[in-house]
Amino acid sequence: MQTFDLEAEGLRALNATLHAQSAHTNQTHWQIINPKGSHAIAVGLDAPIEVNIKGSTGYYCAGMNKQATVHVHGSVGPGTAENMMSGMVVVEGDASQYAGATGHGGTLVIKGNASSRCGISMKGIDIIVHGNIGHMSAFMAQSGNLVVCGDAGDALGDSIYEARLFVRGSVKSLGADCIEKEMRPEHVAILEELLERGQCDAKASEFRRYGSARQLYNFNIDNAY
Amino acid sequence: MKDEQKGAPRTLPIQSATFSNPINAEIRRAAATGIYDIRGGGAKRKLPHFDDLLFLGASMSRYPLEGYREKCETNVTLGTRFAKNPIQLDIPVTIAGMSFGALSGGAKEALGRGATLAGTSTTTGDGGMTPEERGHSSKLVYQYLPSRYGMNPDDLRRADAIEIVVGQGAKPGGGGMLLGQKISDRVAEMRNLPKGIDQRSACRHPDWTGPDDLEIKILELREITNWEKPIYIKVGGARPYFDTTLAVKAGADVVVLDGMQGGTAATQDVFIEHVGQPILACIREAVRALQDLDMHREVQLVVSGGIRTGADVAKAMALGADAVAIGTAALIALGDNDPKWEAEYNALGTTAGAYDDWHEGQDPAGITTQDPELMARFDPIEGGRRLNNYLKVMTLEAQTIARACGKNHLHNLEPEDLCALTLEAAAMAKIPLAGTDWYPGKPGTSY
Repeated sequence: MQTFDLEAEGLRALNATLHAQSAHTNQTHWQIINPKGSHAIAVGLDAPIEVNIKGSTGYYCAGMNKQATVHVHGSVGPGTAENMMSGMVVVEGDASQYAGATGHGGTLVIKGNASSRCGISMKGIDIIVHGNIGHMSAFMAQSGNLVVCGDAGDALGDSIYEARLFVRGSVKSLGADCIEKEMRPEHVAILEELLERGQCDAKASEFRRYGSARQLYNFNIDNAY
Repeated sequence: MKDEQKGAPRTLPIQSATFSNPINAEIRRAAATGIYDIRGGGAKRKLPHFDDLLFLGASMSRYPLEGYREKCETNVTLGTRFAKNPIQLDIPVTIAGMSFGALSGGAKEALGRGATLAGTSTTTGDGGMTPEERGHSSKLVYQYLPSRYGMNPDDLRRADAIEIVVGQGAKPGGGGMLLGQKISDRVAEMRNLPKGIDQRSACRHPDWTGPDDLEIKILELREITNWEKPIYIKVGGARPYFDTTLAVKAGADVVVLDGMQGGTAATQDVFIEHVGQPILACIREAVRALQDLDMHREVQLVVSGGIRTGADVAKAMALGADAVAIGTAALIALGDNDPKWEAEYNALGTTAGAYDDWHEGQDPAGITTQDPELMARFDPIEGGRRLNNYLKVMTLEAQTIARACGKNHLHNLEPEDLCALTLEAAAMAKIPLAGTDWYPGKPGTSY
């Protein structure tokens, strides 16, 4: 286990050190202490390493992650795991807005609540939220899965493309072109795997599925307002 | 008609200047279809522009340089503020961002080839980075757009600079749409969306909302790329003084300022013609912002929107820009709107020079299309050669003017080398009206 004191050594040294880890590094376990809400912690990682952050972070924690597992033992600021490509990010606490924004792949697990715009413009990432999510989540979500074990706020899935949304609790309102869809056996199977990956003890049968009505896929003036 | 009125002189039919034929045609089109007009390109209306400025040339008080013998340097370095690896360009004319998707792969390749031959940079667009573009571009600027189509850290690191697009001149405050006709398998795959559906580009970024957030976003991008890449911020010509000030505050190495003549792949005509300012009105305000912050030349200013000739390049630089970018002009150099395709333009209901339905994907020149048959008409090698020629001519023209003004580097051109032909241009560019030492709003003068 390598321990890195962010307060003492600074952000540039931290990210440079983590970027220097190759695919075959034997320094596979890292612990970051004293994060103290700093921004851009562990961004742009591209190696199969595990990074444990002991405390809460600011903006864009684990942004553009590839391969790495980043575990935040606290809460995260806006844009955690934004544009993630692969790997896994686990947040023990809550996440601020834009969690998992534009993510192309990998898994983001938020064990608390996520704020507004969770999964905005997601492009393949899987996001599992143990608690609730805020308004305008999954806006223009292109692909991937968003699992919400609690409730969803206003305008869920507005202008959604092909992403799958699973919500166990209530949905305050659906956004434009987002509708409830039938939960077929293949969706139950997908959800069960996501719940297991996200360390959730919820049952797939308790969820409803939402997705695109595909009415906005080609420009139609009657849809403008 | 009464007999006594026959043969008497009559009033000629007069077309209304307000309800002109084009306006009336648009009213009829709107009434028939119920949809606004979407098109490509930039503002087509007549605007105060660089043509309304003239260089004074050398005289008793200025010493000219000999036209062909004495050096007049053209190089420019972009990104000197924070980036470890600023971009060194041989000429101050760069290629603006245009997407793969809006343009064919071959057209993107040609832009890279031409720019590389000329010693300048080209820029990706709202569709990610293609291998042919990267492979043929010695200096490639990677656009960071609200849609984040194709965005990934590997391409970010492969880029020579990063351009965060906040807005563009054709549509400050607007997003975009790539209609389904142009969404081929390859375009769809790069954008993570199904084939054939319209692909919307959001008007604002998904994970930051203002300059304070953007400062942190820039920190993230710099950390991911080891502080190596210059980071540009591109804004449309909306409020250039404040936009430039805030871009500098957010940490930009370079500000890219795009006037309303700058083109787009597809936007509502009403947006293109009625939102934003002409580039002539923007440059001095952006320069003033940089000077007020003591950042002029430390944060470089690249301007675009209607740059066509070496004279335009020289005038933009005399007003304080460090470099310019061209988009529409580069497409014309490649062969867009060439009269040799006139019969096919006619079949599309238009004419060479006026064709702007780029979003429909039927470009006879094979440039703004994803149709394999049309794309096959375009030769990227020949296109690159033509673009290089054009860039060379622009540079030679700008050098000719600079030498005549006694300047041994294009960067030494200055506002004092110019006069304005119209009051509007004088006011917008803060350049004295020809024959006077005055422009509207000049400090110390009254109206």
